[in-house]
Amino acid sequence: MRHFRNVSFFVSLVVSLLLMVSCGEHQPKNKAVYLLIDTSGTYTEELKKAQSIVNYLLATLNSGDSIALARIDSGSFSEKDIIAKATFDLRPSTTNNQKRLFKQAVDEFVTNTKRGSRNTDITGGLMQATDFVNETKAGEKYVLIFSDLEEDLSKGHIRDFPIDVKGIEVVALNVTKLRSDNIDPRDYKKRLVAWQERVESGGGTWRVLNDLEQLDSLLVR
Amino acid sequence: MSNELLTVWSDNPSTSLIIWGVIIIISLYLGRKQAHQMFKSTGQGLYSTLRLWAFSLRQLENRVSQRNRDILLASGAKASEKTIEREFTRITDIVQRDLSQYPALHKQIAESIDRIEIDYQSSSSAALLPPAWGNVVETIANLPSNGDPTVNKILTNIKKAVDESHQQTLKAFKKSSAESHRLLKGMLPVWREIDGKLTVVDEKISGLAERSKNIDEQINNYSNILANQDVAINALGSSAFTQFFISGLVLVIAVLGGLINFQLIAMPMAEMVGGASYIGSLKTSDIAALVIILVEIAMGLFLLESLRITHLFPIISSMDDKMRRRMMWVSFAILAILASIESSLAYMRDLLALDREALQQSLIGVGATSGVVEAQFRWIPSVGQMVMGFILPFALAFIAIPLESFIHSLRIVIGLISVSVLRILRILVRLLGGLSKHFFKLLTHFFDLLIMLPLSVERLVKSQMGTNQQDEVESKKSNSNPSGVKL
Repeated sequence: MRHFRNVSFFVSLVVSLLLMVSCGEHQPKNKAVYLLIDTSGTYTEELKKAQSIVNYLLATLNSGDSIALARIDSGSFSEKDIIAKATFDLRPSTTNNQKRLFKQAVDEFVTNTKRGSRNTDITGGLMQATDFVNETKAGEKYVLIFSDLEEDLSKGHIRDFPIDVKGIEVVALNVTKLRSDNIDPRDYKKRLVAWQERVESGGGTWRVLNDLEQLDSLLVR
Repeated sequence: MSNELLTVWSDNPSTSLIIWGVIIIISLYLGRKQAHQMFKSTGQGLYSTLRLWAFSLRQLENRVSQRNRDILLASGAKASEKTIEREFTRITDIVQRDLSQYPALHKQIAESIDRIEIDYQSSSSAALLPPAWGNVVETIANLPSNGDPTVNKILTNIKKAVDESHQQTLKAFKKSSAESHRLLKGMLPVWREIDGKLTVVDEKISGLAERSKNIDEQINNYSNILANQDVAINALGSSAFTQFFISGLVLVIAVLGGLINFQLIAMPMAEMVGGASYIGSLKTSDIAALVIILVEIAMGLFLLESLRITHLFPIISSMDDKMRRRMMWVSFAILAILASIESSLAYMRDLLALDREALQQSLIGVGATSGVVEAQFRWIPSVGQMVMGFILPFALAFIAIPLESFIHSLRIVIGLISVSVLRILRILVRLLGGLSKHFFKLLTHFFDLLIMLPLSVERLVKSQMGTNQQDEVESKKSNSNPSGVKL
């Protein structure tokens, strides 16, 4: 009887530990990343860098995470601009295959993109990205904008309204300086501040990461 | 606030301070009796309370100590009983196995002795050389012949006949002696055979004697335990501590083995239960791997319990043999299946790691085609992981043995630690009680030190009044007897 009491004590200890673990905070731990790539004008020359960012993301993301790659062109609020997207399977082996396919799609896109688009609709792309990451219901949502952040809309496009990016971390990557920025550097700062205000007023958080050697801090909150 | 108080009696703080001091000293002097009573009652109360606590702690310590003693004695008695039982079982085995053949052996020895006896008798019945023959021949040879040829011839014939007869007798004697020697020589292997058999008997009897010595020792221990002797308690206590540390060490090793096992199957488990689901803050795949390991340990417990190696579940050891054997096979089968699953998971882990490595390589080298770099001896770690995956569950199954020792010794160790803690607490409480009593005594003296001025005045006045009263008494005495004559 005494042996039984001892064993039952250990069993109850293990069960209570498991219960404690299971009753803890239960939040989705998956990530959703949407990478917007500026393909306007001379920025197409930066595509190789974007490719290395995608590779980093593919190496970092795990089963259950989502990733999408879309270009920013004259009218970016469109599914047609999505180059590749994937929500990784729960099985690691399938995830690896999905990553290979995604990489292949990105490689093809980088190889085939020769000419840049005439205009730059960053807001449209951001809205499209917001829709995607919100649909995934991920625990951590990121929109990465690989652009110089100079918006140049086509005639008739309306984008001067607040955007809802609540709970999304918007990271501007490789924000290059324009020729005009060299004349008056305040333009560059103004551009960044304007986007920061726009994102933060929409409920999101804003970050700039120009040094692509520091990619380790890209998906860290 | 303090500044205001300092200037409440006078603008000069020193004057005000002196007035405050006087007021305080007078107040304290007036309340001296009450203060003393308060100090005394508080000190006494605290002392009594702490003494009571110490007494209660002592009672508790004695109870725990007695309980420990009972547990130690019970476990020691049980262990001794088992040892004695085992020794008796061994003796029974020896008697059944070896001494059951003793009648046959005895028969063989008796037969050998009979043969020796017959041979001995045969060898002793040989014809002896009659000593008279020699004398007869000598007498005949010395007879005087007197020159008579007839007599000479007769004597010569007699001598010849006697010689021949003597030679024949000698020959017969030699033959008989040779036969006796042959028979005696034939007895030698029989002697050796008897000697060998007697040596075997001696060895077996000696083995029994040694077992008997062991039983004597165990019985002695058992008697000490039953007699509740301190020697037995101390021996059992130290044995429990040794068991505790050794089994604890083995359990730590087993936990490390379990961790290795966990690492081996956690990653491929994601293929089965998914790599993105969580239970609480833990990955479901990790929990699944942990559960598999725990189930393996549980099966190991049941297996060793069914084999009656451990005795953690009395319900299993009390099962009838048929049911117990069934349970043993079922536990073993489940353990073997789980070991096979682990082995395959370990192989899958290797494949996944290889696949991931290939993907990482393709991602690092931009534009490079994905592919697996095959190493020459790549199969060695794969096989190693598979073997480890198969062996570790069986190794973990043996955790039941140290676990049982650990649980048993843990009770005793916890009991001994509790007794020590209670003893320290009791000493502290007693010390605190004594200190508090002393402190309040000190406080009383300090209080008197504060009001020593009015106390000195009081003492002076009292002594003055005492002197006056004495004078008055003496004057009254002298007034009542003015002559100074003793009445």
